[in-house]
Amino acid sequence: MKTRNSTKLSRRFLEKLKRHALNARRSVITASAKAGSVHIASALSPIDIMVALYFDILRLNLKKKIDHNSDKFILSKGHGALGFYSVLAEKGIIPRDLLDNYGKNKSILPVHPVRGSAAGVEATTGSLGHGLGMGLGMALAQKSNNGEGRTFILLSDGECDEGSTWESVMLAGHLKLDNLIAIVDYNKIQAFGSTKEVLDLEPFTDKWRANRWDVEEVDGHDFEKMISIMRKTSTKRRKPMAIIAHTIKGKGVPFMENKLEWHYKNVKTEDLEETLSSIY
Amino acid sequence: MRLAFVDEITKLASRDKNVWLITADLGFSVFEEFKKKFPNQFLNVGVAEQNAISIAAGLAMSGKKVFVYSISTFITMRPFEQIRNDICYQNLPVYLVGGGSTFSYSTFGCTHFSLEDLGLMKILPNMAVMAPGDPIETRALVRAAYNRKGPVYIRIAKRGEPIIHSKNDRVILGKSSKLLGGNDIAILVCGRQLPNAMFAAEILKEEGIKCRVLSFHTIKPLDSAAIIKAAKETKGLITVEEHLLSGGFGSSVAEIVTDKGLHTPLIRLGISDEFPRGVGSQDYFLKKYKLTPEGIVKAAKKILKI
Repeated sequence: MKTRNSTKLSRRFLEKLKRHALNARRSVITASAKAGSVHIASALSPIDIMVALYFDILRLNLKKKIDHNSDKFILSKGHGALGFYSVLAEKGIIPRDLLDNYGKNKSILPVHPVRGSAAGVEATTGSLGHGLGMGLGMALAQKSNNGEGRTFILLSDGECDEGSTWESVMLAGHLKLDNLIAIVDYNKIQAFGSTKEVLDLEPFTDKWRANRWDVEEVDGHDFEKMISIMRKTSTKRRKPMAIIAHTIKGKGVPFMENKLEWHYKNVKTEDLEETLSSIY
Repeated sequence: MRLAFVDEITKLASRDKNVWLITADLGFSVFEEFKKKFPNQFLNVGVAEQNAISIAAGLAMSGKKVFVYSISTFITMRPFEQIRNDICYQNLPVYLVGGGSTFSYSTFGCTHFSLEDLGLMKILPNMAVMAPGDPIETRALVRAAYNRKGPVYIRIAKRGEPIIHSKNDRVILGKSSKLLGGNDIAILVCGRQLPNAMFAAEILKEEGIKCRVLSFHTIKPLDSAAIIKAAKETKGLITVEEHLLSGGFGSSVAEIVTDKGLHTPLIRLGISDEFPRGVGSQDYFLKKYKLTPEGIVKAAKKILKI
């Protein structure tokens, strides 16, 4: 794994990021237990990536719908939405009580993100292989209006089985869209097995590079390393940027880590307290 | 019709910098001028229809109005889910333009025959679906699409379609256009069968049968008032379309007539439940499925029992 002159973050800032990530993980567990919803492990693995984005990288303008100078974020792996909502709540973009009502009748937050359902939800996803193409369109709009904005897309590894993802990868490289940044939550477990068993993505970085992307590999739970890479995503590289973030499915809840079944199971309310206290 | 389409979007693009044209690698000898004039509003994504639709959605979410072009079959079927989720569910101003009526590529085989496009598109919430019957309808509907905030599918025939409307006719999205008045038979026609419907009405007129000809260039939203009126005022309805009978324009008409509890006779002309076999000219196939003036005349006589 590459570690070039990484940015040193202050201890206080690091602590703050870790606290937000911990809170977001607690929200995921609480909301999913109450709602009886699934995809918990998929919501946990990309939390640190989204905390890094929302608390350091993204320059959002939530007041103006179209602002080509602000950044965009799409959760292309829509099944991780609860993690996304939890980070949005942690950041104060959506009210926390939306999470309390998650999964209940008349709740406005679906299990997969729906554009405009709440502040900060910019695209509808849930079927895999759509987010990168939509992000490509957003990045093109920013570029063609000479905007400074960048578009960040968070993909799952399983999503990279989709042919449509690679249509977008090819074209973004061809168009030299350097304001497009794809981050892959590479937790190595997809819906019915490990990525290695189901459809091995390796040599993964080579595939992006061959399509004319800049590629960085990083520990998707190491804030300092992630942020130092993300801060370098200038829009003058003449190449789109892929960040392959090695993550742990179910990260933060010891008994869920690297367990396929936590794609499907949920925490029983009687186990909630114990589970919450085990989160790190 | 295709040239009418290109001419209209060229005008729109010069007036509004937010108008984009995306093609999935088709449009040779048609889009060159557009590309030259508006390089920043044109994108060829390559042979990648799924990506074309998702990109169009992303652009539309960022304030653009995006036309996407490919052959009718390719633009509606390969990226069906992108159409459903990215542009219909999100209700975005993305305007799909399908080149070719059912047998425009008559020697190419069924991979190129648009048999199901109108049905697939009309079933999607938020989508407006159109198949203009002449170049004047084409121009008016392209402009109307541009003024719509939601998604649109327009199927345009390839070339050589005669002008049926007079220049000052008002063609309105969602309303049928009455081209002839009459209370014996109502011919409800969709798309490039319009000249055949007019010709059939002329033949029948010589025999003293007065036909009402309504051009249903818009299949959705459907002008149900005009259908109900025709069902009440005439002795029978004939629907004419270049499309599978199942799920097409005639099906929509049948739904409206039965929902209203009317018992007006209805004959639907179109393509039966099969993949048309063989090779031949456009007219060869149309004749096979009675999509001709004679076919329409015969249907009228059947209704009138003469």
